Parts: sequence; C-alpha cells; structure tokens
Amino acid sequence: MKVAIIKYNAGNIQSVDYALRRLGAEASVTADHDEIRSADRVIFPGVGEASTTMDYLRSHRLDQLITELKQPVLGICLGLQLMCRHSEEGDVACLGIFEETVKKFVLQHDQLPSMKIPHMGWNTITGLKTNLFDNVPEGEYFYFVHSFYATSGADTAASCSYPAPFSAALQKDNFYAVQFHPEKSGTAGSKILENFLQLKINQ
Amino acid sequence: MLSKRIIPCLDIRNGQTVKGVNFVNIREVGDPVELGRRYSEQGADELVFLDITATHEGRKTFVELVKRIAFNLNIPFTVGGGISELKDADALLAAGADKISINSSAIKNPQLIDDLVRYFGSQFVVVAIDAREENNHWEATMHGGRIRTGKELFSWAREVENRGAGEILFTSMNHDGTKNGFANEALAHLAGMLTIPLIASGGAGTMEHFADLFINGKADAGLAASIFHFGEIAIPDLKHYLRNAGINVR
Repeated sequence: MKVAIIKYNAGNIQSVDYALRRLGAEASVTADHDEIRSADRVIFPGVGEASTTMDYLRSHRLDQLITELKQPVLGICLGLQLMCRHSEEGDVACLGIFEETVKKFVLQHDQLPSMKIPHMGWNTITGLKTNLFDNVPEGEYFYFVHSFYATSGADTAASCSYPAPFSAALQKDNFYAVQFHPEKSGTAGSKILENFLQLKINQ
Repeated sequence: MLSKRIIPCLDIRNGQTVKGVNFVNIREVGDPVELGRRYSEQGADELVFLDITATHEGRKTFVELVKRIAFNLNIPFTVGGGISELKDADALLAAGADKISINSSAIKNPQLIDDLVRYFGSQFVVVAIDAREENNHWEATMHGGRIRTGKELFSWAREVENRGAGEILFTSMNHDGTKNGFANEALAHLAGMLTIPLIASGGAGTMEHFADLFINGKADAGLAASIFHFGEIAIPDLKHYLRNAGINVR
C-alpha cells in the first residue's frame, strides 16, 4: 500500500508519516504529481494559514491535482479546511470539494469556564458516519488544534462542539477529511488511519 | 466537551530523563522514549520534554531524541530548552515536535515570539513563564528561578498573548517542588485575563490538588513531573478521581 503525503509549506507533516509507517504503510512525503496520482492513498495534511497555503497550492498546480484524484484522499486539519468552498482565514476561495465553508471561532464570554482560542486539546465527536469510523465509539476523544472551523452541512461525517457544533469530519465520494489530528490522537487516532488504509476504492 | 489535560513533564539531560526538585537536585529516572510511551498508554494527554543540557553536544543529542520520540509517540508533545532562534525551532519541527516552549529567550528577546508565530503558527509556540511571588508581587524569573527579570507576571503574560503565543505554561517558583498544591489564585487571575489556553505547573502533590487546580485555578491543563515519574500518582487513577469530582477528562 503506497501512501502519498502531499508536501507543501505546512507544519508538522513528519508525524503523519511516522503514524502511517507505524501501521506498516509505505508512506512518502512528496509534491511530485505523478507520485501523488499513482499512490493508493493520498493524505493532505497541514498546519498553517489558509490563503498563503492556497496560493502555494495554485502556484504548484496542486489545487487541480487534488480535486481530480480518484483514490481515497484524507484531509487533516488545515487540509480539511482547504477542501471546503471558502475560508474566512485570508478570505480565500478554497478547493470546493465540500460545500461547507470555514469560519473563525468567535470568543463567547458567557461561556464558563471562559472559552479559549485556539480550540486546543481533546474533545469528543458524535454522529459518526462512513467507514472511516468503523469500530470507533460515539463520544470518543480526539486531539484538536485550530482557530477556524468548517460549518455543519450535507457532507458532515462527524460533529464536535466548541461551544456550537461544527464539522469534525467531512466526506464526499472518495474525499474524506478530519479536523482533528488522528496521528496525535492515541489508539483511537491510529484506528482512523487504519480504517482509511482499508477503505474500499469506489465504495 | 473539551477536556482538561494532564501533562507529565520529563526533564532531559544528555538524552536521559531527570527531575530537578526545585530545579536543584537532579536524579536519573530513565529512557525518555520508554517513559513517554508508558505515559501515552496510561492516558496522558500530552507530554513535555525539557532539555536541560544546553550544551552544543547536548543539543544534537536532544534533536536525535526528539526524532525517536516523534516516531514512537501518538500523542502531542512539546519540547523546550535552549531555543533562542528560529533555526533551533526549525530543527525541532523537522524532527517531529508538535510544539516548542521558550522561556528565558522570550524574556531576553520578546520579538522572538512574533517571529516564531509568523514562521510556524501560534499552535507551535508555547511560552513558559517561571514566576515568584514576594510581598504580593509576582515577578517573572529566568534560569530556574535564579535570575529576576523585572517583568511583572500578569503584564508579561498579556504581552506574550498579544505577540501571538498559542499557550502559556505558568510555573510558580514558590510552589514548585513543595507538593502543597498549585498557585490557584494567580492561575485563576491568568485564566480570566487570557484568551489562550493556560497550563499550570508547580506544586502538584495529590490528586485533590489537580481537582483544585481545575475548579479554583481555572487552568486548561495541569503539568507535573516527579509525582508521575516515581509512581506516587498513576494517571488512570487521577483521571478516575477527576471524573468523579465532575471534571471533564479523557
């Protein structure tokens, strides 16, 4: 099983690579179009800023490449946000794979204890859909770090609340995405990556 | 609901873990990768690895260690110690660190916070503040509490937040090593004024201290070292205790 991890100007991609290798997958971090197209699975990771990252993807023609992929694709964190229609972060049009849009968390001072931004730490997810969550119980904890979130909509495959509901996961056709970091979410996170590797193509 | 985090901290010297009680006496306690993995299995929410070697050779050993930790650990971890410029942070990011923690270097050069945030994002930057209280005045200190900085704790914390740090790790030097509980009054004040998450350190001795920290100190996370390393408190027991006290933990 060959997994291509899309390389771009993002933060800690190394951890995704390590997590896949722990599962026995042959992972490579690459920006090579042919290598990405021919991989069995593609992971679109990322930590960074939306508008500069979209600029980077466009200048390397990765935007078109990603939307045309036919194999299972998994977006992680910023990857999920960039797969949406639009992001408030830098007011930028994104890849438009998912209908949902990305908004900034707004501080709500009536929250007790007071709400902090970024949404950082372990939170529960519910309303689990798709085979990505096979053998993952409702209410399981995953590790999140983000200041922007994808709205809930038709593609929502899991929800989280902070304090209002948002999309913890999205899915449409062969495109999957999670807002949390499966590579940093202990055994539950490993299960998500394992499920992703086992997804049936054209399911 | 977002859970409160329990964070064991491992001090590293020459690639091995140590714990300085009150940052002075140092004892060896084992292999960081093995300890890290054990903590992850027990339900630790994150880990912090602080390099206290601070020599050039020690730095290289530490970066190699961070690679091994990243490869073997499936929970987030922060690394700190001796980071004074962007290239130090870059080497640690490349090795697989999720966050870096800076302390003295931020006090000497506050612009470093802005620079790190601009290059790596706020989620990558934790600013540690070691402070001491004297006559109702909290002052930030450097080098394990040995050097005064003239910076008042709360205004420094505000500045750190304004410069874009993603989290603050506050250690009370009055409480560190005492096992008499956290500095809850100062913590509650910090938690109330900050919009970024607050990690509390210094003073953990019992499970009740963690309940007090989350209920009265209002912190988002509690960090401790020796009580975990020497098995005085097992993390599964602590989580169970906190859950029964009505605190949301994983």
